[in-house]
Amino acid sequence: MRQPRQAEDASGVWGWRAVKIVTILVYIFMFAPILVTVILSFNASMFGGFPMTGVSLQWYGKLFQNESVLRAFKTSIWIALLTAAVCTVIGVMAAIALTRYEFRGKQWMNTLVILPALVPETILGVGLLLLMKWANQPRTYLLLVLGHIMLALPFVVLVVQARLIGIKRVYEEAALSLGANRFNTFREVTLPLLMPAIVAAVLLVFTISFDNITASLFWRPPGVETMPTQILAMLKISISPEINALGTLMIVITVGLPLLGGAIARILSGNRQ
Amino acid sequence: MQQTRFAWYLLAPAIILLAVLLVLPIAIMAIYTFYEFVTAGVEKANYTLANWQEFFTDSYYHLFLWKTARVAAITALACAVMGYIPAYFIWMTSFRHKWLLLLLLIVPFWISFTIRTFSWIHILGEQGAINVTLKTLGIIDSPIQMLYTEGAVIMGMIHFLLPYMILNVYVSLEGIDRDLLSAARTLGCTSAQAFREVTLPLSLPGLCAGLLLCFVLAAGSYVTPQILGGNRDALFGNLVYDTIMEQLNWPMGSTLSIVLFVLLGIVSAIYSRYMGLSTIFKGLSR
Repeated sequence: MRQPRQAEDASGVWGWRAVKIVTILVYIFMFAPILVTVILSFNASMFGGFPMTGVSLQWYGKLFQNESVLRAFKTSIWIALLTAAVCTVIGVMAAIALTRYEFRGKQWMNTLVILPALVPETILGVGLLLLMKWANQPRTYLLLVLGHIMLALPFVVLVVQARLIGIKRVYEEAALSLGANRFNTFREVTLPLLMPAIVAAVLLVFTISFDNITASLFWRPPGVETMPTQILAMLKISISPEINALGTLMIVITVGLPLLGGAIARILSGNRQ
Repeated sequence: MQQTRFAWYLLAPAIILLAVLLVLPIAIMAIYTFYEFVTAGVEKANYTLANWQEFFTDSYYHLFLWKTARVAAITALACAVMGYIPAYFIWMTSFRHKWLLLLLLIVPFWISFTIRTFSWIHILGEQGAINVTLKTLGIIDSPIQMLYTEGAVIMGMIHFLLPYMILNVYVSLEGIDRDLLSAARTLGCTSAQAFREVTLPLSLPGLCAGLLLCFVLAAGSYVTPQILGGNRDALFGNLVYDTIMEQLNWPMGSTLSIVLFVLLGIVSAIYSRYMGLSTIFKGLSR
């Protein structure tokens, strides 16, 4: 086993120890608040904070009877599914164009595609609203979905591009020289090799859309709440234990899904290679 | 030739989408800054410099700008200090399950931002972990006000941005040839010297990319001050939201958005001139 090369002189040993301790503290910093929320979701008390007065599942029960939470949940799921489907297709196409072809203005297009990740969401939010106002159109679900597609697009392109660079062109060239047309080459060679990245991209887009709050506050149609905006609205009234239960459920969903997806992707890529 | 055309077909949906939803709105926004505000929700297309004049002369806006820059800078620097050390640890450690440490850095990206932010209420609030513990131990009588302060806002933003920083630095560290370190040690450097002379300079691109990303994201934030800050802790993003959604003053809201866009654009441009934006993309794609 490789020892850290640092740990050879006295200052190195102490330095390394300090690094270790700080690292542990940072990990605690990152996970303690989340853990506390999960624990408090089982609190029997009427209030959302400490102390724990007993263990109970009643707040989860309450949650499933809360009409507006259920509605917001459904809204978010639909928007996220739609966004994931459309955004992945558009993003994969763009990524292929940007890695496999040479054309003038490629550098500019590369920057444009990444831009939504670098412009603050507040500005993207205002921009789209202004567009609707200028075009005299109402805010609809379509706007929300299109907005989410824009927000997630850079991430699809980045993930797929990273994978495409790793796939050797000789496979595609071999297929082409053996008489397959471009579409068949893509379907039979590139797509299977790209599958892990596509699965990763779909999950990423789903979580980005499902989780988005800042831009959604601008874009949502009047009276519509998505899951995160619903939580924000509930927070403004009080820190109820129901929010803790809701938060815990969402953590289970959003952490469980990608882990599952990662496992699937590993099996897929394991079979192919 | 035909190849080039095919590439454009593939790109077309993405480009059209971004042209309509990103480029066009920002262009309209720029034009709107010269519109005249009549009353809530109504404006006239008389071209006027009134909005810009108001922005440049009213110190109210300058204070917001200054506060936002200060909070974003503190957040980015704190992230750099708190992020570099774990990244360095993950790179150097002989721990067998390194992947687990990296996975744990990705997990926060999957947990809802809203939930991660409000979870701090349970740590800092009057009924939060810190206050309740201190009270039970008899150290304090009345709870310390930690929530709804600027400190709480910064804490929430660090919590959200730290994984970006760690991943950026880690990617950069991974690119360092470890033989260079051995060479430095063989030539008589102490471990501290080797770090200062070799590792730190070579990991600067990642550190700077992380700083830029954290600064830009913190400066544009809107929800964190809403959840963890008091009325006085509003940042520039909140100002934009209130101007547009509450006062329905579209021309002024557009002006403020353009200001934020241009300022953050300048920061990014200066950065990309010296470092190249590719470093950030590398970090983002992880």
